[in-house]
Amino acid sequence: MTKKPFSLHVDLNDFIPATDEEKEYMVQMRPSSTFFRDGVKRLLKNKVAAISFILIVLITLSAIIIPVFWPYKYDAMLGVRPGKPVDASYNNLAPFEYGRTEQKMIENGEKVFPHIFGTDSSGRDYFIRVVYGTRISLAVGFFASIIVLIIGMTIGSIAGYCGGKVDLIIMRLVDIIYSLPDMLMVILLSTVLKVSLAPIIEGTVFAKIGSNIISLFVVFGLLYWVSMARLIRGQILSLREQEYVLASRAAGAKGGWVIRKHLLPNCISVVIISTALQIPNAIFTESYLSFLGLGVNAPMPSLGSLASEALNGLSSYPFRLVIPAVVISLIVLSLNLFGDGLRDAFDPKLRN
Amino acid sequence: MNSQTLLYILKRIGLAVLTVWVVITVTFFVMHSIPGGPFMGEKAVTPATQAALEAKFGLDKSKFQQYTTYLKDVAINHDFGPSLKQRGRTVIDIISDGMKTSAKLGITAAFSALILGVVLGAFAALMRNRIPDKVIMVITTAFVSMPSFIMGSLLLVLFTIKLGVLPANGATTEGLVLPVITLALYPMAYITRLTRSSMLDVLGQDYIRTAKAKGVSKSKIVFGHALKNSLIPVITYFGPMLAYIVTGSLVVEQIFAVPGIGRAFVNSITNRDYPLIMGCTIVLACLIVIMNLVSDILYKVADPRINLE
Repeated sequence: MTKKPFSLHVDLNDFIPATDEEKEYMVQMRPSSTFFRDGVKRLLKNKVAAISFILIVLITLSAIIIPVFWPYKYDAMLGVRPGKPVDASYNNLAPFEYGRTEQKMIENGEKVFPHIFGTDSSGRDYFIRVVYGTRISLAVGFFASIIVLIIGMTIGSIAGYCGGKVDLIIMRLVDIIYSLPDMLMVILLSTVLKVSLAPIIEGTVFAKIGSNIISLFVVFGLLYWVSMARLIRGQILSLREQEYVLASRAAGAKGGWVIRKHLLPNCISVVIISTALQIPNAIFTESYLSFLGLGVNAPMPSLGSLASEALNGLSSYPFRLVIPAVVISLIVLSLNLFGDGLRDAFDPKLRN
Repeated sequence: MNSQTLLYILKRIGLAVLTVWVVITVTFFVMHSIPGGPFMGEKAVTPATQAALEAKFGLDKSKFQQYTTYLKDVAINHDFGPSLKQRGRTVIDIISDGMKTSAKLGITAAFSALILGVVLGAFAALMRNRIPDKVIMVITTAFVSMPSFIMGSLLLVLFTIKLGVLPANGATTEGLVLPVITLALYPMAYITRLTRSSMLDVLGQDYIRTAKAKGVSKSKIVFGHALKNSLIPVITYFGPMLAYIVTGSLVVEQIFAVPGIGRAFVNSITNRDYPLIMGCTIVLACLIVIMNLVSDILYKVADPRINLE
């Protein structure tokens, strides 16, 4: 059939079923990638971030698992046995040395678990104290960041959504808190809270955690939410006005769809990144306060308080300072590098 | 300077004054919310003595009266009252005594950090992606993630205990070498990174290409055009740097036994010497707020292109 250019006749050839060859074009070679999967792929390509992540996971896992099977407890003074005088030979052991009774047991052919890092001045196994200190420091960093995240996200989104006077008042408050010298305020508040919290929390679950750590959390909740709030508010304000939100609305999307598919995924990456970068900051603050004697309550160790205790016997036992120092630096460094990697992978716009 | 800049400066000063007032108020009320008075720990204090002591230090008046008196004393007379634990010395005496040593320490650290940081940063930027650049970046990354107390203690172990070249006692001038190094390393690393990235940014600008096209010599481009402009972001770091040095000096002075304001502050926390804690907090906070103010204004004045609102 000859085709006339202006004919309204339908060309039947257009309706022939597709051949197998043609069908193959339509087959998806691979499933379309999601936002999250894309980010993870980029993150894994970044070698520094991947190594840091592995390091963090290793440190975290060992901090959780090792205390379970380790034969010594972090607060057990090995020289102290009920009904016997204190055996001072257990104090200040060098790495892989043994106390007097332990040496007898070895001579008798029994096996004694070695003190890998020796013991401290009260005869406590130093290795388990470092592991336990790492656990405390990581936990404090993690929970403090979560607290900052929750408070900052709530206040920031309220300011962003409401706008107007509410926004103005919240942002002025944020300005003032932001310009306060944070470390000095942290020291001041922890000094006071340490004293005034102790009687309040006595007998509750919180007493086990210790007034100092609680006061650290309170201080973080009071002071450090401001940068998170600022960030979220800015995000929400600018995301609301984006063209793709308008385009989505124009295409008939409902509010819930816009929020779930456009606002949240774009906001959440910033939230995750700044929370990840907040953790080393919190660990740093905790160790600093512990070093000043405002951190965890004795006998609970944290990396900062271990370093601080090590200062007393520094000339004879320098390794007792070096070990927590190395662990702290490793944690902070790898968390920072991992956070940077997260930022590059999930939000290339933030890269400076 | 146009009216907009002037308005910004006025606003900024207003915020700084407000911040100082908030610091004083928060400090006062926080310190006075502690259960039990400051004389609770003293032995053998009869109720009569207690009352007399409280009357002497004005602790028997209402909280608000105490607050207004304190505000007036601090703002007008710069009087923080007598120290509770160090008999016969006023807080301001202790602070100004400590300040002499601490200022020497802090200013030396700040200037050496600034000079070394700028030089290293500019060098790294010019050597971009070559070995010196990479070495500098690795070292500065390590320094940035090492807390000052760890750095200080490690230096103490290395130079005093292992090598025995420098004294551990910070009361002498020679003993200030290690504290200065400890305090300077972090800001130095930070300034290096800052200078490097802003220098790279400036080197990619159109006016640098124009200068190159006109045949201007390389040294003139680097020193005349690039370095001058890349230093502007460094100005913003002055405030945070001082804040870092102040908080860092608390532990550094403790480690090296430097008789400065940081050590007085930490000791006052352990001794619960409340007037001294309040005095130190307020003085150090004012210092940081003022320095932040100065660096913000300098930044605005140095580069009129920057729009801060």
